[in-house]
Amino acid sequence: MRTTYQEPRLIDEPYTRHLVKDMQLDHLDTLESQSVYILREAYRKFKRLAMLWSIGKDSTVLLWLARKAFLGHCPIPLVHIDTSLKIPEMIAFRDRVAKEWDLRLVVGQNTEALAAGMGPDKGRIVCCNSLKTEALQQLMAEKDYTGLILGIRRDEEGTRAKERYFSPRDKNFEWNYKDQPPELWDQFKTDFDKDTHIRIHPLLHWTEIDVWKYIKRESIPIVGLYFARNGERYRSLGCQPCTGRVKSNATTVDEIIEELQHSTISERSVRAQDQEDTYAMQKLRAKGYM
Amino acid sequence: MPETVNPTLNIVIVGHVDHGKSTLVGRLLHDTKSLPDGKYEAVARVCEDSGKDFEYAFLLDALEEERDQGITIDTTQIRFHTDKRDYVIIDAPGHKEFLKNMVTGAASAEAAILLIDADEGIQEQSRRHGYILNLLGIRQVTVVINKMDLVDYSQTVFNDIHTEYLAFLNQLGIVPQFVIPLSARNGDNVARHSQRMTWYNGPTVLEALDEFQSRVSKESGPLRMPVQDIYKFDKRRIVAGRIESGSIKEGDTICFSPSGHKAIVKTIERWQSAKDGAASAGESVGITLDEQLFIERGDIISHTDDLPRSSSVLQGNLFWLGDRHLAPNRTYVLKLTTQEVECTVGSISGVINTASLARVGDVAREVAKNEVATVVFDLKKKVSFDSAIDVIETGRFVIVDGFDVSGGGIILQEHPAESYEI
Ligand SMILES: Nc1nc2c(ncn2[C@@H]2O[C@H](COP(=O)(O)OP(=O)(O)OP(=O)(O)O)[C@@H](O)[C@H]2O)c(=O)[nH]1
Repeated sequence: MRTTYQEPRLIDEPYTRHLVKDMQLDHLDTLESQSVYILREAYRKFKRLAMLWSIGKDSTVLLWLARKAFLGHCPIPLVHIDTSLKIPEMIAFRDRVAKEWDLRLVVGQNTEALAAGMGPDKGRIVCCNSLKTEALQQLMAEKDYTGLILGIRRDEEGTRAKERYFSPRDKNFEWNYKDQPPELWDQFKTDFDKDTHIRIHPLLHWTEIDVWKYIKRESIPIVGLYFARNGERYRSLGCQPCTGRVKSNATTVDEIIEELQHSTISERSVRAQDQEDTYAMQKLRAKGYM
Repeated sequence: MPETVNPTLNIVIVGHVDHGKSTLVGRLLHDTKSLPDGKYEAVARVCEDSGKDFEYAFLLDALEEERDQGITIDTTQIRFHTDKRDYVIIDAPGHKEFLKNMVTGAASAEAAILLIDADEGIQEQSRRHGYILNLLGIRQVTVVINKMDLVDYSQTVFNDIHTEYLAFLNQLGIVPQFVIPLSARNGDNVARHSQRMTWYNGPTVLEALDEFQSRVSKESGPLRMPVQDIYKFDKRRIVAGRIESGSIKEGDTICFSPSGHKAIVKTIERWQSAKDGAASAGESVGITLDEQLFIERGDIISHTDDLPRSSSVLQGNLFWLGDRHLAPNRTYVLKLTTQEVECTVGSISGVINTASLARVGDVAREVAKNEVATVVFDLKKKVSFDSAIDVIETGRFVIVDGFDVSGGGIILQEHPAESYEI
């Protein structure tokens, strides 16, 4: 019998899982530990640090990992870039979680561009640059952030596969992918010139399926849009006009994991901006897109 | 019980520019049906539009500049799996200019494939990469000799390269597990045995991957937990860090090096975890102590009977990646786990040109980009460390020049100068 998705409890209750006898770390433990290490480095090294929370599954897992790293607390403010085109359910979820977990939420919006009528009809890449990248740029300048934590993963697409955990952006927000700093033995780029900021990517080594397995193991609350309704679900969440649904009957986390195990379709195939041209993501990301 | 997932093995593919590394990875993905729908077709379209034959390398080289020039600029990490386990394949660039990216890729690998073009033979980076792998501590290596189609699948050509390259690797102390003749472009000996090289009876690349060993747990080593930070978000004062080696449990008496402070572990702190009371290598945890000592980021926690060494002089085998030479009259920052200390170069001996293994000189004044040397650093204060042979995680360091990580070093031998007793 198919059960429908239930919004999980948000208040954290002590775990009742079996005590783990075996000291060996399993795959998810290893991923978690690496992410925690990176979050702790970021928190230690950047006085002006923020974390981007898109409300999607990845950045929500990232938020959970921050609470692991800081033992139940999230001392880093969360930035949400509101394009005004997000699906209303996402905003409702954001506000509910922020309240229950006592988060510091900072919302950024490119109000000027919106007032001037910016939207995907002006061209998807133009719109992404304006409502996401520029909105972020404005907020970073206003708040003077020098470190920004993002939940991107290598397996999402080709240019992200080339990212570093600590990745510098110049004053124009540009990513110099042709000359990235070396990164070895978890010694990261934490020294940088003024006018530069560093993007920190603690989830870089996770895959989509790892994320779902971790959501299951940890019972992390996730916005209901990921679960199938009327034979369709969102696999990746973005703005309403540019994010499509996939055909799916997966109404539980288990069913999503099962579905992904057999899928050969890439996650971002439903994100319209990626499909604009062959190097769309490279162009967007070189300019400071997430 | 938590779900157990297959172990993952990280493998780096290295070798001289244009010898076919990206092609090999692309072919592996294709032949094991690991590509997402539409990817092959998308690349076929790009190749057609630019009037080229199908390039398997384009499956990985995602940047426009990489495809235009046909070279890999930065490392890509790609996943695929066999029945045995999951793999992360790290495609490293072969161009000399991008050595720092190659090192970045290789530093996270547990095993390596060294690739040589049968037609061009052994080149500068074929040797240099072998040398760097050795310095990075990667001992599991398989050699593949690619583009056999260009030499008519000749066993003689294969044997000649085989003999010459193995002699080189043996000088470094590397013994490859297999040497495989290959045509990455045509798929010979990648995922299926070649019909054109019946003289070869060894494994395919795919089979050779499954022969690599997964990393062994560091639990059995001595306890090393570098302090990453101290938290006071609530009434607990938590010492946070990752256990690099060994294990720790509540009630243990521990020592902080180099200060020598001792304390007893009161609790092991985690959030929302089923684990309790003890922690082992690889875990990022927090601990509370029975007394409030002055502890700093960088202190190394160990048990009292197995301390790391502490000294303000450090000798290491260093590879240099910086555009500006490593020189005696400048100040650098040395980072070793979470320790950071200002340092200067005490002496430089035995600069080695990694491409030829020739010693550039016994005593040198500077180390140039892409060179390797034995260097003694004078540190502004003591750091704690181990020989990399004993504990690799606390036996290596990086050197920061200005804002940039510019070199990496391995501590190999006991250094006689000034050892610190508690
Ligand atoms: N004839 C032949 N050509 C090959 C073979 N494998 C690769 N090539 C060609 O060699 C060229 C270089 O291949 P790449 O895979 O881009 O080389 P690479 O080692 O990844 O290069 P870098 O990453 O830039 O160092 C391409 O044009 C390939 O098509 C092979 O087995 N036979």
